[in-house]
Order: sequence, then C-alpha cells, then structure tokens
Amino acid sequence: MSDETEDTIAEIETLPLDAWHRRKGARMVPFAGYDMPIQYEGIVVEHNWTRQQAGLFDVSHMGQLMVTGDKAAEELEKLLPGAIASLKPGKVRYSLLVNEDGGILDDLMVTNATPWIEGDEEAGTEGHWGDPAYYLVVNGAMKWDDIAHLREHLDDDVTLTHMDEHALIALQGPNAATALNRVMRNVIDDMVFMESVCHDFGEWPLRITRAGYTGEDGFEISVPAEFAESLADRLCAEIEVRPIGLGARDSLRLEAGLPLYGHDITTETDPVSADLGFALSKKRREQGGWMGHDKVMQVLESGPLQKRVGLAIEGRMPAREGAPIFSGDTQVGRITSGGFSPTLERPIAMGYVDTALAQEGTELEVEVRNKRLPAKVAPLPFVPHRYHRGK
Amino acid sequence: MARYFTDEHEWIDVEGDTATVGITDYAQGQLGDIVFVELPDVGSVIDKGKDAAVVESVKAASDVYAPISGEIMETNDALEDDPALVNTSPEENGWFFKMTIGDKSQFDGLMDEAAYKTFCDGL
Repeated sequence: MSDETEDTIAEIETLPLDAWHRRKGARMVPFAGYDMPIQYEGIVVEHNWTRQQAGLFDVSHMGQLMVTGDKAAEELEKLLPGAIASLKPGKVRYSLLVNEDGGILDDLMVTNATPWIEGDEEAGTEGHWGDPAYYLVVNGAMKWDDIAHLREHLDDDVTLTHMDEHALIALQGPNAATALNRVMRNVIDDMVFMESVCHDFGEWPLRITRAGYTGEDGFEISVPAEFAESLADRLCAEIEVRPIGLGARDSLRLEAGLPLYGHDITTETDPVSADLGFALSKKRREQGGWMGHDKVMQVLESGPLQKRVGLAIEGRMPAREGAPIFSGDTQVGRITSGGFSPTLERPIAMGYVDTALAQEGTELEVEVRNKRLPAKVAPLPFVPHRYHRGK
Repeated sequence: MARYFTDEHEWIDVEGDTATVGITDYAQGQLGDIVFVELPDVGSVIDKGKDAAVVESVKAASDVYAPISGEIMETNDALEDDPALVNTSPEENGWFFKMTIGDKSQFDGLMDEAAYKTFCDGL
C-alpha cells in the first residue's frame, strides 16, 4: 500500500468518520485523496479478527453514484460489458468500465436500485416499480475520472448523481450477519450474496448490500454522512465488531484473489487477460454494443498474451508489486500485488505471466533484491470465499 | 556498555570492538507486524549509511542502513524462525547483527537514550 501515498493530490480531504477513526486510535495516512485509517491495533490482528469475527471498514472514499432515467440500463450497457438490463431490482453485479482499446478504466459494483412504490388504496393506485435507478460503487481513486467518463458518454436523458454526502461502511466477516441482525432485526434475513435492500433504520435511510472485498460474508452499508458516526458506533458496540484499517483490507482482498484497480488491473490490462471474463456476460459478448467490445473480442478469440494468476512463493520473504517473474532466464511477467498472507502465514502474490505459463502448478521464479525466489502458479482465491449464497 | 541511537531509529550497543545493531521500539511500532527480516551476509563489509538489512512488514519493505562502517561478524539467526521478535523485543532479543567498529569517532553525533527520546517525542 505504500506507493498509494505518492498518487495523492496535494489537497487531502477528510471523510465523515475522520474524527471517529482518530478517537479509535487509528493511524491515518493519505489514500485516494483522503486521510484514511491504515490500521488501529495492527494489520495482522485486524486481518485475523475479520476472518474470525467481523470487521468494520470505512470505505467512504469510494464513489457512490446513482444513474436514473427510463434509459438508464440501456445507456449503462454502452459502457459496461455486463448484462444490466436483465439485472432484477435488488440484485448486484460486478462490472467493468472498459475504454475503446479494451483497457479497464475501473471495476465497480452495479445494483438495480429501482424503487418499489407501494400502492395506495384510497388513491386507487397499485404497487409498481418506480423510475429505473442504478447504484454504482466505484474506486475512490478513480471516481472523478469515472464521473467524467459517464457524463461524457451517457445520454442527456439519464441523470447521474454523485452521492457525495453519503458514507459507506463495510461490515465483513463470518459474524457480520449475526452482529447486524442484532442491531437491526429481520432486515437481512432473506438476503444472499449480491443482493441489496433499502432500509429506514429509524430516521437513517440506509442501503444495505450483501457484498464486500474480503472474501467473507458481509455487507456494505450506504448511510447519509451525518449519521455515519452513530451507525459506526452502533455496529462497533456489538461484541463481534472491531474497526479494521486499509492495511488489513489489502491483505484480506489479496488472500481472496480480488484485483485492486491501479495495480492488478489498469488501462493496460483487458478483462480477458485479467481473468475477469465472468464480467462479460455471454449475451453481451455476442451482441456487443459496449465500448471496447471489438478489442476485447479480439483478445477472447486469439487468446490473451498474458494472464493474471496467483503465485505461492516459497520461503517467508514477500515479493511485492513490480517484482519480475522468470521462467529460467527469461522474464515472463511481473507481480502486480504481493505481500504476506496472515491466514496462510506465507507470502502470496498476484501477477501477469505469459499465457503458456499460466497453468496451475507451473514452477516459476520471482526476483526480489537480486535473489530468485521459487514460486508456483496457484489457484485463486488463496483463502476460500465464504459468501452467503443461501440454500 | 554504551548504547547509541541514530535518527534512522536504530540502536547500537558498543562492547569493546563490537557493535550490536537493532531497530528501536519506536521503529517497530511504525513498521507494524514484521514478517521477514533479510540480514546481511556474515563477513560482508558495509559502509555507514548503506543498506544493511531489509525489514518486511505486512504492508511494505523498509531498508535498514548501517549506522557505522564495519564488517558483519554475526547475524541473529532467531529472526529467521521468528521475525516477530523485532516487534516483541526490539531492543533486546530482536537484534539484527553484530559488526566491527572501524573507527570510534563514528559515534560522534549519535544520540544517547535521553536525546533519542526527546527526538521521538518531537516527531
């Protein structure tokens, strides 16, 4: 995470929970233009707590956008390779913004946030779906570029709202549901992974999405900034919940094999090489009509030159972003994220290697400070996902 | 035995012609959980200010510079199996290496414990 600080713009802003983090003893660092908590007690303790209990993460730096209008789905499908029009209200999909060259501009979550309007017997109206609305969560460091890209390419009939007065709090871990259920009953009972609901918790209008970036079951809760501290306090009052910093967020997502934008995926990588083919829905591959379709299809047909893989590194010395990967004397790739896995207690990494060498079990070497470390292509995730997919 | 401190948060114990080097409690607190320590080769000669060791925490790798010039006599093997010793006992069991002291004037300008404490309080 160390190099993110170099990317920061001169003006560092504060997020709604800034004072709350400081009171909790966080060490704050500049990240994506904001002062963010890198850790509280320590990365390893926080990491393990999240894997065993539940961690609260402030991810308010991320961009929360609402795209509304009759043509919202149709318009979004021009920029996203996923099936948005067939996404049912309350469902969530992982997607990508792809540029003309097939490069990845950002990765994001799209929720069909179309509201259900209750019927009114007196007025003689029946319950019905309201105006189509799509809730997007994009990367903090990319949100301004994303907004500009969306504004440029979405039709004028569609409205894009930056929900910059909302905080976003993630609650992640095997006990996240237990804790959240105690705070607000009967809200998440029927929810499974990649579903989203709106819930008025007293006067707080929340959007609760069962998803996250740790590989664990968990939720992301969008809350008006003015109520963010109270919500964080309510959640942290539960015995299972502790605040967790960005340091552990990074090691958790690496174990879960989830790519980090700007590192594992960039405009230099395409969805196929990045092994994110699942974000290209079958129908939309065939039909096209989305930016970058031609280029991405070319890669799909000819096969990518390189592929994103997991690497298990022998020994204890971590190999980090930028480390070259070798097969014999030939450089065959580069590490894009790497570190020490607290769960597995050994170094793990992700990187790109020549496609011929991307099969599981391929023996390679990684160079760190002029030393060659044996490494093996390993399946992702390194630590199994434990999403709540229901029965 | 005299103990000196550098503004790079290293401590140096001087005993006769040998200096034992480690990083301070303040430094380990800043680095966080240490998962690996790369130590210099015994017999290598390192100049003051040059890379002598690398400390890997979960989040990043940090260089440790030689606080004085000299030859590496011994390294702390215990750190290989238990790098977290640097967190739990930074100024005792978590020492990094022992080196010869070429020239005692190298200690001029280093801090004693009280001066180092004042230095850290000012950070």
